[in-house]
Amino acid sequence: MTLLFLQQYWWLLVSLLGALLVFMMFVQGGNSIIFSLGATDAERRMLINSTGRKWELTFTTLVTFGGAAFAAFPLFYSTSFGGAYWLWMLILVTFVVQAVSYEFQHKQGNLLGARPFQFCLQLNGILGPLLIGGAVATFFEGSNFLVNKSNLLTGLSVDECALDSPIVISSWANASHGLDALLCPWVLVLGFAVVFLTRILGILYFMNNVEDENIRCRGSVRLVGQTVPFLILFVAYLVHVLLKDGYAYDPSTGSIFMEPMKYLHNLIALWPLAIILVIGVVLVLYGILRTIRSKTYVGGIWPVGIGTVLAVLVLLLLAGWNNTAFYPSTADLQSSLTIQNASSSLFTLRTMAYVSLLIPFVLAYIAYVWHAMDKKKIDKREMDETHHAY
Amino acid sequence: MNLLSIDPAAIDWARAQFALTAIYHWLFVPLTLGVGLIMAIMESNYYRTGDPFWRSTAQFWQRLFGINFAMGVATGIILEFEFGTNWSNYSWLVGDIFGAPLAIEGIVAFFMESTFVAVMYFGWDKVSRGFHLASTWLTWIGATISAWWILVANSWMQYPVGCEFNPDTMRNEMTSFLDVALSPFAIDKFCHTVISSWVVGAVFVVAVSSWYLLKRREAERKLALKSLCIGAIVGLIASLGAAITGDESAYKVAEVQPMKLAAMEALYNGGTDQSLTAVAWVNPFRQPDYQNEAEAPLRLAIPNGLSILATRSLHGYVPGVNDLLKGYTREDGTQEYSAQEKMIRGRKAIEALAAYRKAKAEGADEATLSPLLSTLKENFPYFGYGYIKDEAELVPFIPVNFWAFRIMVGLGTLFILFFAYILFLQWHKKDVSSMKWLLWLAIALLPCAYICSESGWLVAEFGRQPWTIQDMLPVSASVSDIGSSAVATTFWLFLLLFTAMLCVEINIMLKQIKKGPAL
Repeated sequence: MTLLFLQQYWWLLVSLLGALLVFMMFVQGGNSIIFSLGATDAERRMLINSTGRKWELTFTTLVTFGGAAFAAFPLFYSTSFGGAYWLWMLILVTFVVQAVSYEFQHKQGNLLGARPFQFCLQLNGILGPLLIGGAVATFFEGSNFLVNKSNLLTGLSVDECALDSPIVISSWANASHGLDALLCPWVLVLGFAVVFLTRILGILYFMNNVEDENIRCRGSVRLVGQTVPFLILFVAYLVHVLLKDGYAYDPSTGSIFMEPMKYLHNLIALWPLAIILVIGVVLVLYGILRTIRSKTYVGGIWPVGIGTVLAVLVLLLLAGWNNTAFYPSTADLQSSLTIQNASSSLFTLRTMAYVSLLIPFVLAYIAYVWHAMDKKKIDKREMDETHHAY
Repeated sequence: MNLLSIDPAAIDWARAQFALTAIYHWLFVPLTLGVGLIMAIMESNYYRTGDPFWRSTAQFWQRLFGINFAMGVATGIILEFEFGTNWSNYSWLVGDIFGAPLAIEGIVAFFMESTFVAVMYFGWDKVSRGFHLASTWLTWIGATISAWWILVANSWMQYPVGCEFNPDTMRNEMTSFLDVALSPFAIDKFCHTVISSWVVGAVFVVAVSSWYLLKRREAERKLALKSLCIGAIVGLIASLGAAITGDESAYKVAEVQPMKLAAMEALYNGGTDQSLTAVAWVNPFRQPDYQNEAEAPLRLAIPNGLSILATRSLHGYVPGVNDLLKGYTREDGTQEYSAQEKMIRGRKAIEALAAYRKAKAEGADEATLSPLLSTLKENFPYFGYGYIKDEAELVPFIPVNFWAFRIMVGLGTLFILFFAYILFLQWHKKDVSSMKWLLWLAIALLPCAYICSESGWLVAEFGRQPWTIQDMLPVSASVSDIGSSAVATTFWLFLLLFTAMLCVEINIMLKQIKKGPAL
């Protein structure tokens, strides 16, 4: 296994985790639409218990994404998290409040009442996907940072014992520390596309997981309202990305340069990805349209979920493969991060590659448990009888 | 920004924020590990006997586990990402080594925990008894494996092994995964930390059971007596285990972090035949004048105790703070450099590295690069000292280490006696429920268990200052380029958020306990 192979492999795994995270954010999307889908307290209770049995998996996917990025691409981890401080802190805070909201909201002794926690779930349901979608968009639009590894050394003198230069390797080139990304319209376009996508996924998950005719009927109607803006925003962003100048990397010199229609070139050069993207989009459309047209079909979450994973995976691979800077710098082109200059060493990537062989087993037991737990759908009777409900 | 003008408040705020998150996180993790074990034992009893009593008992403790678990998850996510947000230099310089345990933790442990915890809560009527029992154990095993990997990462920071500095990539790179994953320091730390968490869980279970007995709640009497018995058995085994592993941990600290041990003992001037301080007066709020004081006043000590603890020899040599600053000769005749010498060597290493990178960028040949690399390699063990401005920075805040160590050991000993006494009474068929003082003591010991557990972390983390990575990277060179106002803002935000959540959690927990199990 060569270093380059392992770098590509780990970008694939990190991208897969990112794609799975977007799918698993049906929890967030679902929470953001609970008050629209559930007309009564009993209905809303079923909905909250439905996502409540999956939120930990979403959380774990996010944490593992962070861990994998740290292990495989530490320069990205240090630059993005240490630079775009406010963006990541906002994301984290919304997830922190979500974590306790399920457990606390309806428990006796909740000093704050259910409302603040329901608000937190809604907040996380909208801001989480928006900000994570925005963070993904920065892979294509660029971020305002500088990287200079020698900063740690310059200005030191044995005699004078003094430092007079910056010592931090990665720094943000403006004071907003990541919030500036939200001023870029295209970042917002992808961010909101992800918001609507997660709401679509949330509705489809509820229709599949909750045995309630009213919710299913309402879900079918609400699906149209989410699909239209999603398609407009997603198609607009896809066209924009494929036609825009991209951040290319010259492996012989290590320099970064702008290349017209770089991501379209990537898609052509990596043509199997184009096929996967088409399959992903078709699956998403199939799942949505069949759910809208059929009164009995409630399995839309699966084609749409798989399609989402495939489409997001392709987008992320386009950002990093084929000599592309996956975390471009708008402040200094040569500070841009590629999977080559941001990765861990050969030894670490190889060791972690062996560990990654466990991933199929992990996915297998998750699928088994998911199936075992969801065989019987959530209904009102279960809410009355269960000893542990949110 | 430079090191001299770097806003020291930014470093302090970053440290404060990390400490705040870690302290809050550590309020919930020990209970997860401890109660997780006890509730799994209870559910095993249900599986074995089929008695519905054990089912409702397990469900009761699982309900309390769930309230606590959510808070552990919430505070844990911040910790992982704070390595990047607040310590970006650190993340780059050691991400090649440090990131791996975190990624493995996610893949191996977190998914196991998060998948099976849902079965444990909601699967009672959805899966078979065996599947449910397996899920409960797997939830606990997942949490324990998670603890393993995070403690591997933490131990590596205290005792960096299995790595080598690469001057071309400007970072430390892993050379042996097994050295990192199975470092003796990590094994000791894991055993001590996890076993002491079982003590917290046991004290919690015994305290809640005691409350039911004190309130003479007949409906919960059987649950209370059975839980008290299981809690006391787990508690005694765990508190004895914590003492043994703690002793081994202290021995390892003496070996690789002698300054930490000196701070724990307020040992200013070392030597052979060192006694172990039982108590002494160390002002909790002020760094003592270790340069001029011979020893802490009003000192009561166990003769030769520290020599035995640190060297496993009655007459072993233990260096004090001043010895470590001035340099000393070890028993094997080798010389430990003074702090000043280490600082000079550290700067030489940094300067050699800077010169190497400059020469390499200019296309210098092997003959030019080789001596620079030799200088770097020769002085690299002291690399981190190059960022130290004053040798006083090398001395951690002694009062916190001194008192936290004594609180931890003192309470740990009390727990051994407490659990042993309860089991002694049960062995002799005494009616524990009629001994009010003992039941009140059990309740009073609950906050003590948390204080004991947090004290352990204070010793571990305060004692290694100023290092993020021992001898390799000080906190001042590890931070992100974030202004102090930004970090201060998030510090107060987290403090407010975590405190509010903690208040809600405690109140919910109390209500649930008051409500009792649905028998």
